[in-house]
Amino acid sequence: MPNGDAMDPQLVDHIENAVSETQTLTSERGRNQLREFFRSPGAVLGLLTLCVIIIVAILAPYIAPQNPYDLSQLDILDSRLSPGSESFSGVPYVLGTDAQGRDILSGILYGLRASLMVGVLSAFAAAIIGTSAGLSAAYIGGRVESFMMRIVDLQLSFPTILMALMMLAVLGKGLVNVILALIIAEWAVYARTVRATALVEREKEYIEAARCLRLPGWRILFRHLLPNCLAPVIVISTMQVARAISLEATLSFLGLGASVTEPSLGMLISNGYQYLLSGLYWISFYPGIALLVTIVAINLVGDRLRDVLNPRNV
Amino acid sequence: MAALLEVKNLVTEFPRHGAAPVKAVNDVSFSLEKGRVLGLVGESGSGKSVTGFSIMGLVDAPGRVAAGDIFFNGENLADLNAEEMRRLRGRHIAMVFQDPMMTLNPVLRIETQMTETLLAHEKMDRAEARARARDALGMVGIPSPEERLSAYPHEFSGGMRQRVAIAIALLHSPELIIADEPTTALDVTIQAQIISEFQRLAEERDTAVIWITHDLAIVSRLADDIAVMYAGRLVETGPVAQVLTDPRHHYTRGLMDSVPSQNTRGALLKQIPGMTPSPANLPSGCSFHTRCGGADGLCTKLPPEIWEGERSYRCVHPLGARALDAITGEAVS
Amino acid sequence: MVTSIIRRFIQALFVIVAMTVIVFLAVNVIGNPVDILINPDANQAERARVIAEYGLDQPLWRQYIDFLAGLLRGDFGNSFVYGRSALQVILERFPATLELALSALVIALVVGLPLGLYAGLRPRSVASRIIMSGSILGFSLPTFWVGLMFILLFSVQLGWLPSNGRGETVEILGMRWSFLTEDGLRHLFLPALNLALFKTSLVLRLTRAGVQEVLPQDYIKFARAKGLSERRIISVHVLKNLMIPVVTIVGLEFGSLIAFSVVTESIFAWPGMGKLIIDSINLLDRPVIVAYLMMMVLIFVGLNFIVDLCYTLLDPRVRLDAKR
Repeated sequence: MPNGDAMDPQLVDHIENAVSETQTLTSERGRNQLREFFRSPGAVLGLLTLCVIIIVAILAPYIAPQNPYDLSQLDILDSRLSPGSESFSGVPYVLGTDAQGRDILSGILYGLRASLMVGVLSAFAAAIIGTSAGLSAAYIGGRVESFMMRIVDLQLSFPTILMALMMLAVLGKGLVNVILALIIAEWAVYARTVRATALVEREKEYIEAARCLRLPGWRILFRHLLPNCLAPVIVISTMQVARAISLEATLSFLGLGASVTEPSLGMLISNGYQYLLSGLYWISFYPGIALLVTIVAINLVGDRLRDVLNPRNV
Repeated sequence: MAALLEVKNLVTEFPRHGAAPVKAVNDVSFSLEKGRVLGLVGESGSGKSVTGFSIMGLVDAPGRVAAGDIFFNGENLADLNAEEMRRLRGRHIAMVFQDPMMTLNPVLRIETQMTETLLAHEKMDRAEARARARDALGMVGIPSPEERLSAYPHEFSGGMRQRVAIAIALLHSPELIIADEPTTALDVTIQAQIISEFQRLAEERDTAVIWITHDLAIVSRLADDIAVMYAGRLVETGPVAQVLTDPRHHYTRGLMDSVPSQNTRGALLKQIPGMTPSPANLPSGCSFHTRCGGADGLCTKLPPEIWEGERSYRCVHPLGARALDAITGEAVS
Repeated sequence: MVTSIIRRFIQALFVIVAMTVIVFLAVNVIGNPVDILINPDANQAERARVIAEYGLDQPLWRQYIDFLAGLLRGDFGNSFVYGRSALQVILERFPATLELALSALVIALVVGLPLGLYAGLRPRSVASRIIMSGSILGFSLPTFWVGLMFILLFSVQLGWLPSNGRGETVEILGMRWSFLTEDGLRHLFLPALNLALFKTSLVLRLTRAGVQEVLPQDYIKFARAKGLSERRIISVHVLKNLMIPVVTIVGLEFGSLIAFSVVTESIFAWPGMGKLIIDSINLLDRPVIVAYLMMMVLIFVGLNFIVDLCYTLLDPRVRLDAKR
């Protein structure tokens, strides 16, 4: 590796900026892509919905009629009320209550919080791990690369739910373990895509130029390769958040995820499952709608992002 | 005698988003008699292939023939419905494409691709169709045709695949073959073989041919007539012997000058200055005037089609000694 | 060709061995089997006895060899819950899952292929747009919630179809099947439809993408120039080229259907191995979990191998590569 004092750091900076495609183009291209994004009414609708969902989820403790997981606030006399009925003490339950007398609307608001958190956390962690793995594989090359990619291929040949089941079988139940399982099940998608993108970038002249400057490896990786791999990572991340939310709900529904005291949409739907046959549809129905709207909104945004950013290999 | 094919004022358009459609073929007229070979010449993007596809009724949507008539054997093709058009294709008018690597379906055997062409137009049993396919392969010079029938396209070289495509085109002995640069993608030696093979077969059957190419050398060797296209319009037509020895249009001259030949060895090749204009944004009048050495103010108006015996051209400043005679309408010997 | 099959077979074996190592390590090292096997209140002597009984005092490599040897004999130990061979418990449930997954596959193909073909051939039509929007919904809808809504609508509200169990079955080849009786079919319909939902969208999208890739090809234009009818062009020239992605789906996604049946089986109380594995995870029935995981590995690797073979049969270009 080069010794830093051999070259004027300002000069290095200057040349680096000149050779890196991303540094010069980013701002203008970004603005165009933003404009392009807003041209699709579906994507705008999705984005707006998503914003509302996020705000509502963040503000849940302030706007929810009750804290659905504070048992002292629940009244068993209010249990299984249909949507629109009033509580024993006269407060209306817009979306009804479940078997413990929990307000469904409040449950949804708190559930969204948990679902979004699981989705974002797991997708973010998987992105960091997968991107690092993909980048280093592409940068190191040789046997390390082929070994890592073998593992990625192996993992990708099994469906996510099987990977998650396997992890939960080993780790045990619980929301934290679900997040861990999601990370382990999803990192490979990032790794494969980032490596493929980085392989293309690696051959380009500006990387060659950066190598000629004898810049340290980490600097080439993070300042030159990484920014060019960000577009696919962003696109996959949006889709992955949606997948993670859906998967978490599924696992919670199967009784492997959130415990009864940890609110999540899947948990609420699961609670209502046993009352479905007796016609108490609202306990499962409304949380499901909230889940669906969230996933569709994220997918609409992700779909458009993919078209606009147009990354290869996704 | 009535012409086998008569194209009159053909216009083929491709619509654009929020703008006037692009006229890929603009007011093109020519005719072709039985057994004659027409060389349709022009640069890529000049509209020569689209002309071919317009005749076949195979212009890719959303493109369409917007105006003009195409008469084949005296019948206006615009009057035919889809099924009648299908019966015409492959049987009476056949086509050979540019890239032999792409024209054969990679997952079907040669036999399937040949016999289906026969069965699409004639009632016959499989054995008979197979025998005819085998004979057709032998005719175009493919060794051991019986075995090759059961092969897949990727087992053939490019030249061999083009022979197969030609064999398919000839299966029904069509009256007209449209050959869209069939030798461009091939090696020079293979090109020569394919051209002479083609020439022989067309002559034997008295087939009319439209040979679409950008290669004047091929045209001079193969064709009876030539039609030069530039930016969607025909700029000059006529018998090859006249046009290529004594061109009237500056563009034809330019094309001829840019062909390397034996007697100018060592000299620099002349190029036509500038670039082919985008069909979406054509110069007014004669589209060539922006690149033409002899252009002046008159050229910004569309020149009329001027006839001079068997030949015609669109240029207000034609080249050649007899240019003045042409305007007075005197025939050329 | 034969050498390439053998090579692929060896690769498949290698993957299976690698997965046995992973499953073994996951279950025996990350998770602590002692905690699972032994009652926390047990005394020291009791603990030592159980540890010795399960060979947990042996070095790790020794335990792995025992594990492998058990695998080869089909011996995963006895289920803690059922007290019988874990493999046997799984195999008893397997036909139900197989039936469910196969039915879902058939639905996905029967619905997805024609719709995808239509959307690919007429991309601008209103129907195509509706189909494509529907497929986005099919991707977004969480399977388990759709299952619940099916029950709510068809079983609770309309009362048309039953919501749990397999119904009446008929025994063929020593396995029980639902699809041969009317009652069984009625029980099968909702779960199969539920499981098929996601794959239908997938088949639909892949078919459409395939059609749109094939249609602009020169050989389709050449086929038209030959005077072939549209029917022949679509049913032979386009469809034959679509067979490759379709076989991939049928092969690879079938494994994923078996995995996803976990969800559907839980909702519709379908007595297959998916429901079994969830119960086993909840009850910490380790031998059954291991047997299930190894069975899934075997199914996936086997399907991958078969799909590879089908490629060589379907695509003449791949076949040639294999000959070289």
